[in-house]
Amino acid sequence: MKRVYVNEKWCLGCHLCEYNCAFANSGETDMAKALRGKVIHPRLHIEGQGEIHYAVSCRHCTDPLCVKSCISGALSIQDGTVKIDHDKCVGCLTCVLVCPYGAVAPGPDGAATKCELCLENACGAPACAAGCPNNAIVYEEREEASA
Amino acid sequence: MPGINYFYPEFEVVRNDARCIRCQVCARQCANEVHSYDPERDLMLSDESKCVNCQRCVSLCPTRALKIVKSDCRLRENANWEGDTIREVYKQALSGGVLLSSMGNPKNYPVYWDKILINASQVTNPSIDPLREPMETRVFLGKKPEKLERDENGNLKCELTPQLELSMPVMFSAMSYGSISYNAHESLARASKELGIYYNTGEGGLHEDFYVYGPNTIVQVASGRFGVHRDYMEAGAAVEIKMGQGAKPGIGGHLPGTKVGPDVSRTRMIPEGSDAISPAPHHDIYSIEDLRQLVYSIKEATGHKKPVIVKVAAVHNIAAIASGIARSGADIIAIDGFRGGTGAAPTRIRDSVGIPIELALAAVDQRLRDEGIRGNVSLVVGGSIRSSADVVKAIALGADACYIATAALLALGCHLCRTCQTGNCNWGIATQKPELVKRLNPDLGYKRLVNLMTAWNHEIKELMGGMGINSIEALRGNRLMLRGVGLTDAELRILGISHAGE
Amino acid sequence: MSMLEGQIRIPSGCAISAVISREGRRMTGEKIIESMRPMHERSNGLGGGFAGYGIYPEYKDLFALHIFYDGEPCRAACEAYLRDHLEIVKGEIIPTRKIPSITDEPLIWRYFVTPLRSVLASRQLDENEFLARIVMHINTHLQGTYVFSSGKNMGVFKAVGFPEDVGEFYRLEEYEAYCWTAHGRYPTNTPGWWGGAHPFALLDRTIVHNGEISSYDANRRYIEMFGYKCTLQTDTEVITYIADFLQRKQGLSLTELASVIAAPFWSTIKRKPTEEERLKLSFLRKVYPSLLITGPFSIILGFEGGLMALNDRLKLRSMVVGEKDDLTFIASEEAAIRAMEPEAGNIWSPAGGEPVIVTVKEGCY
Repeated sequence: MKRVYVNEKWCLGCHLCEYNCAFANSGETDMAKALRGKVIHPRLHIEGQGEIHYAVSCRHCTDPLCVKSCISGALSIQDGTVKIDHDKCVGCLTCVLVCPYGAVAPGPDGAATKCELCLENACGAPACAAGCPNNAIVYEEREEASA
Repeated sequence: MPGINYFYPEFEVVRNDARCIRCQVCARQCANEVHSYDPERDLMLSDESKCVNCQRCVSLCPTRALKIVKSDCRLRENANWEGDTIREVYKQALSGGVLLSSMGNPKNYPVYWDKILINASQVTNPSIDPLREPMETRVFLGKKPEKLERDENGNLKCELTPQLELSMPVMFSAMSYGSISYNAHESLARASKELGIYYNTGEGGLHEDFYVYGPNTIVQVASGRFGVHRDYMEAGAAVEIKMGQGAKPGIGGHLPGTKVGPDVSRTRMIPEGSDAISPAPHHDIYSIEDLRQLVYSIKEATGHKKPVIVKVAAVHNIAAIASGIARSGADIIAIDGFRGGTGAAPTRIRDSVGIPIELALAAVDQRLRDEGIRGNVSLVVGGSIRSSADVVKAIALGADACYIATAALLALGCHLCRTCQTGNCNWGIATQKPELVKRLNPDLGYKRLVNLMTAWNHEIKELMGGMGINSIEALRGNRLMLRGVGLTDAELRILGISHAGE
Repeated sequence: MSMLEGQIRIPSGCAISAVISREGRRMTGEKIIESMRPMHERSNGLGGGFAGYGIYPEYKDLFALHIFYDGEPCRAACEAYLRDHLEIVKGEIIPTRKIPSITDEPLIWRYFVTPLRSVLASRQLDENEFLARIVMHINTHLQGTYVFSSGKNMGVFKAVGFPEDVGEFYRLEEYEAYCWTAHGRYPTNTPGWWGGAHPFALLDRTIVHNGEISSYDANRRYIEMFGYKCTLQTDTEVITYIADFLQRKQGLSLTELASVIAAPFWSTIKRKPTEEERLKLSFLRKVYPSLLITGPFSIILGFEGGLMALNDRLKLRSMVVGEKDDLTFIASEEAAIRAMEPEAGNIWSPAGGEPVIVTVKEGCY
């Protein structure tokens, strides 16, 4: 299955991926309209210090702790993608606590948000990878099994 | 120095606030620190005085909220004292130093490529469709024998002195490790391998990681002899003696110590942090016979297995110089025109020394033919070959192949801001700062180079097919395929072409 | 005033034809003239010519120079030059027949000559090279004078007109040759003078050629390094010089010559079965890249004792070969072969770049 992979070596820390993510999930067609003057809630984050940067994003684990620990059944695996049902989420944020990668975050309305590979939005494929200027985030099929 | 700063910044940053989403990618990506964010006012700020117009911010701004424009704050118009001229006087009055610049001569000299037009077949001779018929762009560079030899059975002895085989008549010209980054070198090396052409180390030695690309590498020996040692010479497919460079004929090179980090230091075999200064001449070559000795020393040192290239800048007496080189044992002569690029050169030299490559090439090719020694050497020309059409025109004027460097850097993201000498290249090309170098991912860079060359090769084939030529060797020196427009009689005579309509 | 051939480059289409007896039997010129009739449409009356081999048996050790003069002063100047360098055994006007379709003829002379031994020795040249230089000199430096044939026991006959008429004009029925080649020309504009017609000759090598080569200036500028001067700016002229250079000066065989001027594609070389062949073919391509001829051509190279026919490697011009007994026929069209020999068999069309070499039995010419 195609997943989002991060090449820390090439990450410039430009944070474009966060804005592309936020825009992709905004439902808007104009980026300025979607994001100008707003606090963004991207589903991936750039971490780093000094000259080291990398994007943190959901790995869509095959045996995800977030799904196991979800008390409301909002998190589930569909065709290999870990998804969250916004309406079912009660905002307990257990998932945020258990995710070993820090890939789940509270959203603007209290419910958890996470990467769904842009499969549900207008992009159809991860906007973070498409917009990365240096191939530091890629969306591809790899041999090795993910955790 | 105290006193008034006489300058208004050259560029202005135009920010469309309705589009700006405060993502700050501009601030994060500008190594010159032009952009900054003021959280109190929630505003993006600009300090134009630092802007070099490299367009990094423009290219990365996700909402296209940014533009860099030439400042319209102008001195009173004066056709003699133009703004740039005055600005340079101010700069020198402030610094007391030699003006430095980078990349090729930007002045308004004639570009002869743009005054030469290419022929096509009509009626009397069919044009050839490269999609349906074979179309050959393979080139061999090296000396051709004057006489063939046969063995006792009358069979031809098929031995040739070493040749370089190119899948298309273009190579990446010399750019040293130090003047450009590790990732730029890796991109060039990988692209050359994939394309079946060559790149050139320049005078800074060959990084140990790139020895694997040796079969597609031309190693350069320049006056500073940086990084020249036995393994280096043996690693390359050919050795180039650099006598001169089009952007700065008559002077050597200068890589500031700030660019000499641990890797560059080890590759160049000089102390870390020391300035790498290559002398103006080779101090063992003060004459043509000295060149011959170095050519043969290199041939001896490499077991006569590698062609030797002698690279010279196009200067006034280039035809006679090339003729001398052709008799000095060199297999290939590379000529660099005055519009060729550089990582750093004194502005006055870059902008006023040397001659256009088109005229130099035409003069050299004709002189070598007049003397019957054109077969002794192959001719490679560089110094602003900008497109496949320039390549075709160069070949038809008489070149065997072209060297490109600026076009290759453009493919890697260079925006010709011409401030390589600062070492702050926002595109990760002309810099040694790790945080900037990493901006050029060779996985992407090499692919863009491959794309560029593949596209050019397609275009070369289309142009050849139009002329009814299906092999590049039938184009070489085929000046009947060219016509001049708007050229004087002297220019036409030197180029050896007729005017359009003749 | 319109420019003459040589001052400008004139492209042309053409008809070519040849017949050769492998036994060395001599035939009058009637047969070859007949072959040009069905190909009338391939010429436009602006050039035709023939080459015959074995036509001067009585002078076979002497070079036969055929020369066009614009007038008597040209002849006087040229003969003085010839006398300084050559012994003129015989000099005469070439007999012609007045016919209405051939007009404006220049003075047409022929000389049977041999180089002065003393001059030859002092120049340290063999007689072929010496003669070639004499021809080059006359054609480049003597105004109004043009040597159009210079081999031994052979001769070129050419004029502005349709080839059938040219044959009649030169009374070719009175000559006997073991090999004839012929050419009808379709230039795109008026060549102006007779020297531009084909065949083109240097020493015993003659070329008739159909096509317009796109590599012309690359070939010309290369070959001119070696003392040749392309005064006519025609493809045929440059091909003749290339053949002379590669064969006489570089010692290549006919097949090797063909592998240079119609070099196989690199991809074809790669597919050759033996390493030896691959090595040799790529060697020749690497050594003589500037002598590769591109663009359409079908040529017949005549020489003492044989001929070679060759198409460009894409076969962009038609060329057919046929046989009957000891005769081999080559022509742009099968109709031309049928005109010479209705019973001709084994008709085939050689592939592009594949030379057809026919030689006369040793001792029979």
